[in-house]
Amino acid sequence: MDEEEQFGERQAARRSFLGGLGTAIAGAAAGIAAGAAAPRETRAAAVADAPPIPAIPGYDWSKHRWAFGVDATKCIGCLRCVEACKAENEVAPDAHHFRTWVERYVTLEGEERAHIDSQADPVNIAASGSEGKYRFANRYKDAKVEKAFFVPKLCNHCTHPACVQVCPTGATFKTNDGVVVIDHTYCIGCQYCVQACPYGARLFNPKLQVTDKCTWCYHRITKGLNPACVEVCPVSARIFGDRNDKDSAISRFLANNRVEVLKPETGNAPNVFYVGIDKEVS
Amino acid sequence: MEPLFAAAPFIGYVYPNETVFPWSVLIVVYPYLTGLVAGAFTVSSLYQVFGIKQLRPVAHFALLTSLCCMLFVPTPLMLHLGHPERAFNAVFTPHWSSAMAMFGYFAGFYILLLFVETWFVFRPYMVEQAQARKGLLGLVYKALCLGCYDVSDKAMSADRKWIFALAILGIPGAHGLHGYVGFIFGSLKSREWWSSDLMPVIFLFSAIISGVSLLVVLYVLSCKLRRVRVDVACVKAMGYTLWGFVMFTLLLEGVEFGSLMYKAREGIEMIVLFVSTKLIVPFFVLQFTVGAVTPILILSFMFWRGSKGRALVAGITLAAMLVLFNVIMMRFNVVIGGQEIAKTGKGLLEFPWEMWGRDGVLAAGSVLVAPMILLALLVRLLPPWEDGPEHGHAAA
Repeated sequence: MDEEEQFGERQAARRSFLGGLGTAIAGAAAGIAAGAAAPRETRAAAVADAPPIPAIPGYDWSKHRWAFGVDATKCIGCLRCVEACKAENEVAPDAHHFRTWVERYVTLEGEERAHIDSQADPVNIAASGSEGKYRFANRYKDAKVEKAFFVPKLCNHCTHPACVQVCPTGATFKTNDGVVVIDHTYCIGCQYCVQACPYGARLFNPKLQVTDKCTWCYHRITKGLNPACVEVCPVSARIFGDRNDKDSAISRFLANNRVEVLKPETGNAPNVFYVGIDKEVS
Repeated sequence: MEPLFAAAPFIGYVYPNETVFPWSVLIVVYPYLTGLVAGAFTVSSLYQVFGIKQLRPVAHFALLTSLCCMLFVPTPLMLHLGHPERAFNAVFTPHWSSAMAMFGYFAGFYILLLFVETWFVFRPYMVEQAQARKGLLGLVYKALCLGCYDVSDKAMSADRKWIFALAILGIPGAHGLHGYVGFIFGSLKSREWWSSDLMPVIFLFSAIISGVSLLVVLYVLSCKLRRVRVDVACVKAMGYTLWGFVMFTLLLEGVEFGSLMYKAREGIEMIVLFVSTKLIVPFFVLQFTVGAVTPILILSFMFWRGSKGRALVAGITLAAMLVLFNVIMMRFNVVIGGQEIAKTGKGLLEFPWEMWGRDGVLAAGSVLVAPMILLALLVRLLPPWEDGPEHGHAAA
């Protein structure tokens, strides 16, 4: 909810702009041309009049540069992170909507490729007995496992986010502190961003009829708290912090490890950094 | 209570959020409609701008067809949006880096152009009717005339210049609108099936063949309904246009498909599996064989044999019907097929068909039929025929 309050001002600026523009556009080609040219100036004026964004007491978004680390060698696949995220962010309690998830990679003896599943796999849902509770079924207990590991996944809050590029209204945008968020009161629900994200990190909120995604718990981090998934991780496989602070957990994580990002070839430049993943993880 | 979403079954590994398809059959209908708009307008312009006289009997009908289809282009998008009431956010506060943000402007400009050109083309008829008719219909024609009753030679000459200019402007307008729809898909790097520089061009050419085909079918059907003789030269000209463009479209699609398979980038194993199993019927049998190769063979045979009269009209009409089917299958295989290949490159999804509801087949089918109903009404108000008892519109 804090997130929505914070975007309220942005909305107010837009509304005043819309009011002005509504009278300006008078149909016909001239009107359309005017519509094409007008927004920049009017919006600039509206933004200039608006109070500083965001107005979270004591928080200055120009002073932070958030980033996320995943140490896959530590993850035990307990899935507390997934459940905590769903509870914290009111994500639909089913097997088809996730702001974060965990993948399991298992290579059996004599095989070249890993078997991959996530907590959303029907076998794992059957093992948990509910679409709202998650666990990995012990489906390889009779097999000879050569290698196995878990990989937590979430939005990469890319430096060049494809989702933001394609949004027709600007409802999704990158904040000054590096988080990609969605204004749920402005999203039209076209789902072009869902298509554009190469990581499958975006979902459509069936209740609100808008696109949804991980915000690194923006409502928490702007109050000095960790994201819910980081908070509940029992093995510190998830690391979060401010890169502007040299002593933060993420700064130390990045300084002490050789890290990778997912699908670097897309040019999106992710800001979730991985340690301990294998060639098949993408 | 009706479920809020339909989850797709899958094989292999897909990202958990991928089991809900973002785009449904409505987004198959959307590029199909814009394609019909661009194709029909092409026929109109071939006559108005390039002076292909054989197309005169369908030139004005093509304009009305284009207009009717265009008026319904926003419908599948509005039905698809989670918040249609916010649709104009994209127009009033467009996010300039988004290809989709341009839609409102392109569509708005093009609808306006179609209205203006239609008004000029049918102005003499509207003036004649406004002066001759009484009652409600007379008032309608009077309103349509917008207070301009001048049909002198000088005025007609000025009108012809306007029609010519608008027809020229409409070519990049219509083709830009549709090429841009291809760009919406082709510019996404997240899906290998879509991510192709050829996508806008393929969309454009398939648009032309669908529009020409629609006109062949509707023109022949209208002649049967009006009990007038089909202008064989006109149908033959459209048949030749179809023949050339279908071959070129097929070539482009072949190049794109061959390039995708030959480059064989990451995830190609799943694409090969997809192509060799699920795509056999919709792509190879229906789109390629039935929808493209068969009409080419039919047209080639008829032109080679020198068919004339009823046989030629029947052959071209059959080929046109098959091409219409080809293009809807192409749209389906692009829009739905692209989403059936998981972004992981390690799994395939099965599109969950829905019959009812906002995103269902019934809604999509209705959106396809609606322009035809509007067209049936519009040709009564503004008859585009030159062979019937009512004619008199401006002939550029």
